[in-house]
Amino acid sequence: MSSRKFLWDVSRKFFTVGLIGLTVSDRYVSIFPVRGASMSPTLNPGTSSHDDHVLVEKFCLQKYNFKRGDVVVFCSPTNHKEKHIKRITGLAGEWFAPTYLYDAVRIPEGHCWVEGENLANSTDSRSFGPIPLGLIQGRATHVIWPPQRVGKINRRVPEGSRLPSF
Amino acid sequence: MWKNIAKEAWRQTLLVAKFLSILHISSTYVCSSILVYGPSMLPTLNMSGDVLLVEHLSKRFGKLVPGDIVVVRSPLNPNKSVTKRILAVEGDPVTFLVEPRQHHQHGYHSLVVPKGHVWIQGDNMYASADSRHFGPVPYGLIKGRAFCRVCFLSSLLLLISEYF
Repeated sequence: MSSRKFLWDVSRKFFTVGLIGLTVSDRYVSIFPVRGASMSPTLNPGTSSHDDHVLVEKFCLQKYNFKRGDVVVFCSPTNHKEKHIKRITGLAGEWFAPTYLYDAVRIPEGHCWVEGENLANSTDSRSFGPIPLGLIQGRATHVIWPPQRVGKINRRVPEGSRLPSF
Repeated sequence: MWKNIAKEAWRQTLLVAKFLSILHISSTYVCSSILVYGPSMLPTLNMSGDVLLVEHLSKRFGKLVPGDIVVVRSPLNPNKSVTKRILAVEGDPVTFLVEPRQHHQHGYHSLVVPKGHVWIQGDNMYASADSRHFGPVPYGLIKGRAFCRVCFLSSLLLLISEYF
């Protein structure tokens, strides 16, 4: 009888922790594992055998105030089950003239342009175009795992691709 | 004495946190309500405002089919939601008129909905900003499927004004 009560207690504790954990990771902060080398050298530079894990804050989703250079996690527009992590390089209303395109594009209202750091090995806005801000799931702020790579992720603005706004 | 108070406080906090979590999870993953208004879904939904029940399960399991009314985060403004009907899913061809009032042959466009996107349109094609203007929307922007209308806001207001 007592073992049954113990089991019931333990399962109830797990249930509570699960509920609160899920809520916190949905609304406030969560942890996201980075796969692949598309954001190297900022993330997954290839020096350690483990994938980087980043802390993702979700407070930015209340206002959708993003700046150029923010590293964001978003749902892939071509497959909603996949999540990607990339850097925002252009915001709505900006004219954008990347060196690999021969034309300038204007990013539509409510969208942003995302790119990986490792341009040779990254699926980003260069293939699927600007993404709606609504797909963004959060902003990566810190690397928290593995221990030797712990640190803040800086906002870095790539130079030379943006035209002055008209 | 203090230990007991602290213990009790912790227990109460946990209870409140659990309650809020259950609220959050049921409204994010199972079912929530939303107030919609505007002319774009006439005559299915009222212009003055309807309260709809929205379920989030069929979105999660990929069971959305053409004909469903869905609540979608607007691609033009992520803080807003729009309610439209799915007309086509990925791979389907669509033909549409951007300006239905100017009825001539050149107004028609057709395209195939790209992978991972859906084509949404309001029932009132004359007063609706939808995929005809901003193109197919990614599946990830869909919040849920509206399946039940709870009340007309106008009748509710009427009742309230009668009451006072």
